[in-house]
Amino acid sequence: MNRKIKAIVKKTAGILFCSFVYLFLFLPIIVIVTGSFNATTTKPYITWKGFTFDWYIKLFDNTALLSSFGATITIALISTLLSTAIGTVAAVGMYKYKFRGKGLIDGLLYIPVVIPEIVLGISLLTLFSNTHIPRDMLTLILSHTTFAIPYVIFNVRARLSGYDNSIEEASMDLGANRLLTLKNITLPVLAPGIAGGALLAFTLSIDDVIVSYFTNGQVKTFPLKVMESIKSGVAPDVNALSTLILAGTVILVVFTQSDILKKIKRRK
Amino acid sequence: MNVEEDKKVIVEIKGVNKIYGSNHVVKDLDLTVYEGEFLTLLGSSGCGKTTTLRMVAGFEEPSSGIIRVEGEDIQNKEPFERDVNTVFQSYALFPHMTIYDNVAYGLKMKKVKKAKIKEKVMNMLELVQLGGFERRYPSQLSGGQKQRVAIARALINQPKVLLLDEPLGALDLKLRKQMQLELKRLQRKLNITFIYVTHDQEEALTMSDRICIMNEGVLQQVGTPVDIYESPQTKFVATFIGETNLFEGSVLEKQGDKMRIVVEPGDFKVRGGGFNHGDMVAVSVRPERMLYSESPVEGFGLMGIVKEQVYVGSVLKTIVVLSNGNEIKIERLAGQELPTGGQVYLYWNDGDAKLIHTFDNVFAQAVENIVMK
Repeated sequence: MNRKIKAIVKKTAGILFCSFVYLFLFLPIIVIVTGSFNATTTKPYITWKGFTFDWYIKLFDNTALLSSFGATITIALISTLLSTAIGTVAAVGMYKYKFRGKGLIDGLLYIPVVIPEIVLGISLLTLFSNTHIPRDMLTLILSHTTFAIPYVIFNVRARLSGYDNSIEEASMDLGANRLLTLKNITLPVLAPGIAGGALLAFTLSIDDVIVSYFTNGQVKTFPLKVMESIKSGVAPDVNALSTLILAGTVILVVFTQSDILKKIKRRK
Repeated sequence: MNVEEDKKVIVEIKGVNKIYGSNHVVKDLDLTVYEGEFLTLLGSSGCGKTTTLRMVAGFEEPSSGIIRVEGEDIQNKEPFERDVNTVFQSYALFPHMTIYDNVAYGLKMKKVKKAKIKEKVMNMLELVQLGGFERRYPSQLSGGQKQRVAIARALINQPKVLLLDEPLGALDLKLRKQMQLELKRLQRKLNITFIYVTHDQEEALTMSDRICIMNEGVLQQVGTPVDIYESPQTKFVATFIGETNLFEGSVLEKQGDKMRIVVEPGDFKVRGGGFNHGDMVAVSVRPERMLYSESPVEGFGLMGIVKEQVYVGSVLKTIVVLSNGNEIKIERLAGQELPTGGQVYLYWNDGDAKLIHTFDNVFAQAVENIVMK
């Protein structure tokens, strides 16, 4: 009898605990989503005045906000492409070859990851101003590429740890030259690691504030724009854009995590 | 070996060395492989056998020396330009491809027509008894099945030589025995030259036409399994292949081909040519050829004490300890057992003892040690 009660208590406590965790995780998101549909027009846009799509319509009139979003996406795409390419080559090279100073290079990889972003931001700013590179899209792309590279390397390397070098030898043994081996064997086998690294680089770039703040010049990325606007409370059109981004992200995650991709591939 | 001279040479390895830093892995290797034969490179790990195989495949470059395939120097050929294929120890199947695509890979690289590829792949899968598996992925197969895929994939291009790097190493004993026979069957059926690397002497004896024994990068002996077992030419070969009893000593007296050899625990008379008075010699007698008697035998001065007798089914294994503490293994058909602790005299029939020069080996080793330092 006692044990039964204990079991019930255990179960309820577990449920309660999980509920709280999830509540804290999702409450802010819920606030944003509901805020984007709130018809109130008075600051601080908190009281519920009924359901409306007005903010979404307004959002598409807010060219400054939209263009900042465009800039963010552009930067994210280009820096992802660059960091993924560089990171993949680096990871494969470091896995395959032994050279002097490998351990040092290995260790140095962690520095950009562990140092406070503000230090990275300031040092990049110093670098760019000392070399007289005008701060605009280019510097933003360079900075984002810089901090994303280690993450790509870590991801690809994790994939490489279970990688059997002899499959490349087997491919060459069967008549494929190095380029064909790279295309047919190395890249497809490493693809999950590369994709994971790219996805991480992309998300890091999209929501980066600190490094962008130091290296942006006149270009306003979306997070910087949001930062700016909260001086006067979060405007509901920002909520609306956030909600759209959220929806986009969720769809992306569901798509990549589920077997949809695999199923499509199999059907071919 | 007139038979061998008639055969066509397919791979010729001449004066090949491989040095990694200060590590001399393969030393002055000369080896000729004949068309259609099953040649095994046998040795313990680190003896240079895999390196030799990889040099033929093109994954390693010899530090010096020449490798010819069908008379053509292949030094400047990339692995993908060589008409040899490899079965890797780890199978090295492409994990993201189906069995069909794995086996078809070589043909696709050769740009063979699709219909032809399909026909060949299906035949090959049938040959290795994997019909119906073409749509599976490597992760869905057992070890033995993976091994067959690896063999099928390597054979589909009809290589002039198939290189196999300990292909059965990861399989359990029963499966290994079965695959040994299957590989031998495949080799006979396709009549492709196999160069097979293994550290398992029993496997080598079972499968090979010829065995090439290597130790620390040096070729010890090449010959048929019978040659290798019956007439070992070096101490290493004698002890590496099967069990043996080795007496090391020197030639004390010599009259024609009759010699008296003195060893630590005694002396004995043997017949053999090519030795001079005072030469260092190792005498190898297989356990199944070693005999014992309870009374002294003419010409043999080896006495020992029976330490242990183990009855293993058809065979009775006896261990006799000599006066210097060396243990002598004797195998004979089960019969009357000797009392443990009893005194016996060891002997053997003329011709059952193999004489091996040891002086040269010791001398060479000493010179090398000095030179290396």
